[in-house]
Amino acid sequence: MTITLSHFSAAVVFALFASVVFGITQKNSTMEQVKYGLQCFALFVGGVFLAGWVMALIRR
Amino acid sequence: MAKPTTEKTDRSRNAVAVSEPEYPLTTMAVVAPLVGWLIPGGGHILLKRYGRGILLLVSVVAMFLIGLGMQGRIYKPNGGDILDILGFVGDVGSGALYFLARIMDWGNVMAANAAADYGKTFLIVAGLLNFIAAADAHHIALGKKP
Repeated sequence: MTITLSHFSAAVVFALFASVVFGITQKNSTMEQVKYGLQCFALFVGGVFLAGWVMALIRR
Repeated sequence: MAKPTTEKTDRSRNAVAVSEPEYPLTTMAVVAPLVGWLIPGGGHILLKRYGRGILLLVSVVAMFLIGLGMQGRIYKPNGGDILDILGFVGDVGSGALYFLARIMDWGNVMAANAAADYGKTFLIVAGLLNFIAAADAHHIALGKKP
């Protein structure tokens, strides 16, 4: 079985699973875990976009 | 002139009042992280945190399988390059999944393209996340976390 993911989709899948684990392990209550997980996911994906733009600007 | 002496006394009283709570090491605090390492999320399930356990299981197993699907490489025990040693430490964090992959000879490939390199990273991170989950199970068993 071979899975083919683009760089972006691989980063989003990575962000999703890492955020779930971070949310569960780093906070105590369910609500805090959900909030922290969403925050981590947003930061991961936001970081991908930011890094993408920085690399695009450097390349110009 | 007497003021500094009073302050000192107050400080020492506060120091006595603030003390760390003690968490005695129980059998479950040792067994839960070990089970959690061998079976991702298993420590949480053992401690009756079913929802968290299943989410951890799905996350770690999915990352591991996606890593294998992307032709990621599984590191073997080695004493060579420091990055290879750290790669092995990350991979072995997946517990039973790592041993299963070694037995079945999965991930015995060399990274030849970018996707395979991402796959290798997925495999390592799955193991590292499982280490965090096992440590969390230890804290729950100790009573440090609800």
